[in-house]
This record gives sequence, structure tokens and C-alpha cells, in this order.
Amino acid sequence: MNVIETKDLYKIYNSTQVPVHAVNGINLIIKKGEFTAIVGPSGCGKTTLLNLIGGLDSPTEGKVFVSGNDLCSLKSTRLIDFRMHNIGFVFQSFNLIPVLTVKENIEFIMQLQGRSRTECNQRVDELLEAIGLPDKKNHRPNQLSGGQQQRVSVARALASKPQFILADEPTANLDSKATNELLELMEKLNQEEEMTFIFSTHDERVMKKARRLVSLDDGKIIKDLSL
Amino acid sequence: MIWRISWRNIWRNKVRSLTVMMAIAIGLTGGIFLTGLMNGMSAQQANDAISLEISHVQIHHRLFADNLSAQFLIEDVAGKLEVIRKDERVRAFCSRTKAQAIASTATTGAGIIISGIVPEMEKEVTTIYSKIVEGSYFEKENKSASIVIGQKLAHKLKAGLGNKIVVTLQSLNGEMSYALFRVGGIYKTSNTRFDEMNVFVKSDDLNPVLGIDPSQTNEIAMLTASHEAAIPVAASLKSSFDKLSVENWRELRPLLVVISAMTDQFGFWLIVIILLALIFGIINTMLMVILERKHELGMLMAIGMNKKRVFKMILLETTMLSLSGGLVGLFFSILLMGIFGQTGINFAAWAEGLEAIGYSSFVYPFVSARFYLIITILVIITAIIASLWPTRKALKLNPAEAVRSE
Ligand SMILES: Nc1ncnc2c1ncn2[C@@H]1O[C@H](COP(=O)(O)OP(=O)(O)OP(=O)(O)O)[C@@H](O)[C@H]1O
Ligand SMILES: [Mg+2]
Repeated sequence: MNVIETKDLYKIYNSTQVPVHAVNGINLIIKKGEFTAIVGPSGCGKTTLLNLIGGLDSPTEGKVFVSGNDLCSLKSTRLIDFRMHNIGFVFQSFNLIPVLTVKENIEFIMQLQGRSRTECNQRVDELLEAIGLPDKKNHRPNQLSGGQQQRVSVARALASKPQFILADEPTANLDSKATNELLELMEKLNQEEEMTFIFSTHDERVMKKARRLVSLDDGKIIKDLSL
Repeated sequence: MIWRISWRNIWRNKVRSLTVMMAIAIGLTGGIFLTGLMNGMSAQQANDAISLEISHVQIHHRLFADNLSAQFLIEDVAGKLEVIRKDERVRAFCSRTKAQAIASTATTGAGIIISGIVPEMEKEVTTIYSKIVEGSYFEKENKSASIVIGQKLAHKLKAGLGNKIVVTLQSLNGEMSYALFRVGGIYKTSNTRFDEMNVFVKSDDLNPVLGIDPSQTNEIAMLTASHEAAIPVAASLKSSFDKLSVENWRELRPLLVVISAMTDQFGFWLIVIILLALIFGIINTMLMVILERKHELGMLMAIGMNKKRVFKMILLETTMLSLSGGLVGLFFSILLMGIFGQTGINFAAWAEGLEAIGYSSFVYPFVSARFYLIITILVIITAIIASLWPTRKALKLNPAEAVRSE
């Protein structure tokens, strides 16, 4: 089954003087285990598309299916629950809750999901090992570097066992070393845990790591390359 | 986890949170202390009225209260006192003859109420003897009968210690009678109106003038083990003496009950008004909090915090913030009450004005445990009300907008 499928997806912003077609008729299918980068110049609609796929925003027209579920048909409370159980998010910034420790941040959603204490502890240790930060368990986010924070964000997204992880410019604030480390981590998780990743970027080095490149311009797919 | 987030969030901006807490603490302490003072004053007034004037229970002829006339008598006093003596809940008792009269000196006269007492028994029941400022309370035996009057009346009659006072009253057979007394003592209570009206003589000196014989009296007063004990004692005496009027202090002075109920109300509404003012400060703070954490809240809603949880988080933060301030306020209040409840506060500067309306100038503030509980509940209600608007604001955040970093 397709993890994600969009059908004639449009997002038009009318709040401005001239309506902006941020997403302008996109049909996109993402299969399980893909490692896809959405690329394109600034303002081409990457964030808008990811927000539509992630159910954070509703399309002007068209549909988004996640594992066959039509996101538009879900009421807002159901949609939030759906996001919690099925979609992992990594944002460019403001990913972590500053008053919680690394461990607490990672297990936060698991607790909302009602997982048991032992399961949470076990998964946190596992994930901290995977992101290479077992010694930072009880640190607060502001005691970590930007790259470390993003790795914790990936762990947090992964902890809830989602269908896929959406990452909107996860490396935008990182230097090249941290960018590499984060991508290696995502690749590893993609291969070892078969986690589906969709991320946006306009960084050449990040694009090179992707196994599928979807290029956008003016809200349309202009190129779709499998590498 | 949400509890933990809320609690830690309070301490993200320590200065701001502490400012709000102090505002709440100071507001509550002020309100509670004022209420304590009011309580102290009304309790003092009740205590004074009971210990000086009305005692816990009084017995009269049914018609006595309406006319205050010596002709309405209690017969067989000794028999009645025997019944009262047998009641273990009664601490002390006495009997008095009582009449309206006119007191005159060479210069002027004044309407008074004269009580004929048995000093030894009276001392057990009322504390007038301890309020003597000049002379004594029927201690020196003089040739002429002595009278104890209030300071206010002494001024009014321009009568000093040892001066003559002529008391004019109507005897039982309807004739006007005169009696000569010498001022043996002058007392001063915290109620000047009482001092102006009430004079005391020995019943042995007064009864013959009135034509009352020793087996008769006008008033029997008693003290019971406590203020509360007066109510059942009065009830059981009522059934023993069904032809007489038996009243407890609440019935004798309904105003005391009204004042204490009013004080309670006053305290409650004072706190409500203070909290109402504080609500706006709390709302303002929480709105700032929401604005500052726009991105974070958007992220939380994106990753799966539903409306109920967002509400819970903000509500908890507001409640814990307010309650912390409230507890500090309660702590200070209890401390202040502990100190001043022991030492009392002297309002000497206003003594004259206070005493004119029957209040003592020395006040021992107190509030009940129930009042503290009510305040705690009110603070929680305040926090809930104060968190509604900020929560609404938070829930209106669009996660898609909020997570976009500018
Ligand atoms: N709330 C909005 N109201 C009006 N126009 C908007 C709104 N949000 C985004 N847009 C417009 O939609 C278009 C697509 O924006 P989007 O943020 O998706 O681009 P992007 O590819 O993510 O850009 P960047 O690389 O700078 O992040 C832009 O032209 C933007 O100005
Ligand atoms: Mg973007």
C-alpha cells in the first residue's frame, strides 16, 4: 500500500492581494521505505506541501491519503490523534520542549499514546543509542548543540512508531558536519528500521543523499527522479 | 508529564512568575488580615457584651423586657436559683433588681437604669468590678449607701467620688420614691453608651425603695461553660420555668449575630473583589506566555497534543502559579494572625470613636479554618477563569503557521 498519496492537491492563499498558488496540482505517491527529498527554490511550496501531507493544513482542493485514510475527512480532534499515531515530525527549529530533558522529550508522545513505563524506558534507551547520545539522557535541550537537538528530534519523531517521518529543512540551521551526521542517522534508520522519510531541502549535499528527488517550482512537480 | 511541563514552565521566567505570585500573596494577605480584624472586632464586641451586660442566659418576667419596669417580678428567687445551681453547665449566676430611674446631682439630672446587685455574686458573672477606674466596687462600708456609676455619666452629672446622687424612681405601689447614694466607684468599659446608662447599687439598698422583698427579683443572669453551651442551657431552663422568659445571648442581642454574619460576608466579598482584580494580572501574564511560546505550542499541537491537553496544560500552569501565590499569602496570613492574635493590635488613636460604637480599641484578629479553605477554593476558581482566555488564544493557533520559523 502507498504510505502517502496526494490527488490533484491545491493550496491557494487568498489572504494576499494576488492569490498565491503555493501548491498547484500535485499528484505524488510515496511508498514504504522511501527516502525522498522535496527540493526547489525558496517559495516553491515545499513547506506548504509537507504541511498538507502531515495534516497540519487543509488543502484548498484535492485529497491526501495516508495509508489509505483520507485526511480531509477527519475531524480536527481525530486528525490530531491520527497525527500522533501515524506521523513523525521534524521541524527546522522549535522541535523540543525546553523544560523537558532529552529522555522526557523522546518519551513525551509515547506517554500521550499511553505506552507503559517499561516500554518507554526501553525505547528511549534504544533510540538514544541509535542517535549516539546515550550520555545526554538527562540534559535539557539548551545544553545540546543544534545538531544534537535535531538528532533528538528525529528520535522523538521515531519513538511514536509512525508510518513516516516528515522533516521540513531539518538541516537548515546546521553546519556541514552536523548535517552529515543527521543525514547518516536518517539513512541508517531508513535502512535498519525501514522508516519512510520525506524531507525538504535546498542544500546540494543533502539532495545527494536522497534516493528520490522531487523538484518543485511554483507549486508544481517539475522533475521526479529516482536515484 | 503535562503536570511536569506546566510546573517547570512557571519557572521559565522566574521574575515574571514571582511578580504575579507576590501580587496574589500580598492581595490575599491584606484581605485576610482585614477580615481577621473585622472578626476580632465583632468577637470582641460579643465578648464584651456578654461579660459586661447580658451574660449567657437571662431570666425575666415575660413582660419585663418590654417595659423595663420593676413591677414585673420573678417570685421565689431562692427556689429558681436552686434549680440553676444544679445544672452543671452553668458556671456562675446572680440575681438583680432593675428599674428605670432618674439620677440627679445638685446641678443636673439624667435618665438611667439602676441595678440592685449582690456584689459577691455579681463579680462571678460580670466584669464591671474589673473596670473600676476610681474608688472601689462596694468594698468600703459607708454610712450612706454607695453607688457605682460609669465615667461618662460621672462627667455628665459632674459627680466625683463621694458626691451625693439622688435617684428618683417609681416604687411598686406607684408612688415616686427617692434614695440618696454616694458615689463609691466609677467604672469605664469600652462601651460609652453602656457607661452612660447603667449604675449599680446593692440590692439591699435598692429593694426597700422599690418595695421589693428578698424573695423577689427582676433578673437572673448566668454564665455557662461556653458561648455555645448557652443555647442548650437556655432551652432546658425554658422548660423548667415555663411561665418566665428565658433567653440566650443570641436572643438577647440579635445584633451580635447579625454583625458576625455580616463580617463573614464582608470578608468573603473582600477576597472576591481582590481576586477579581488579580484575575486581570494573571490573564495578562498568561497571554504573554502564550505569545512567547507560539512556536512551541504549535509544535506540540502538530505532534499530537489535542485541545483537551493544551487546555489542561495552560490551566495547570495558571492554577499552580496562582495557588503558589495563594499559599504564600495564606502562610503570611496565618503567621500574622498567629502573632497579632496573641498580642492584639492597639487602635489607641481611634479608641474614642470605636468605644462610642461599642468596640474595644484592642483587637485580636482571627479567621476561621473554613475561611482559609474558602480562599483556597476561590483562588483555584480564579485560576480557572483566568486561564480560559489564554487557552482560547492558544487553541486558535494554527500549527502550520506556528511551526514555520520566520
Ligand atoms: N499564510 C500564507 N499566506 C499567504 N501566502 C503564503 C502563506 N504561507 C506561505 N505562503 C506563500 O506560499 C508560497 C509557498 O511557501 P512555502 O513556505 O511553502 O515555500 P518553501 O518552498 O517552503 O520556501 P522556503 O524554502 O523559503 O521555506 C510562497 O510564495 C509563500 O509566500
Ligand atoms: Mg519552507
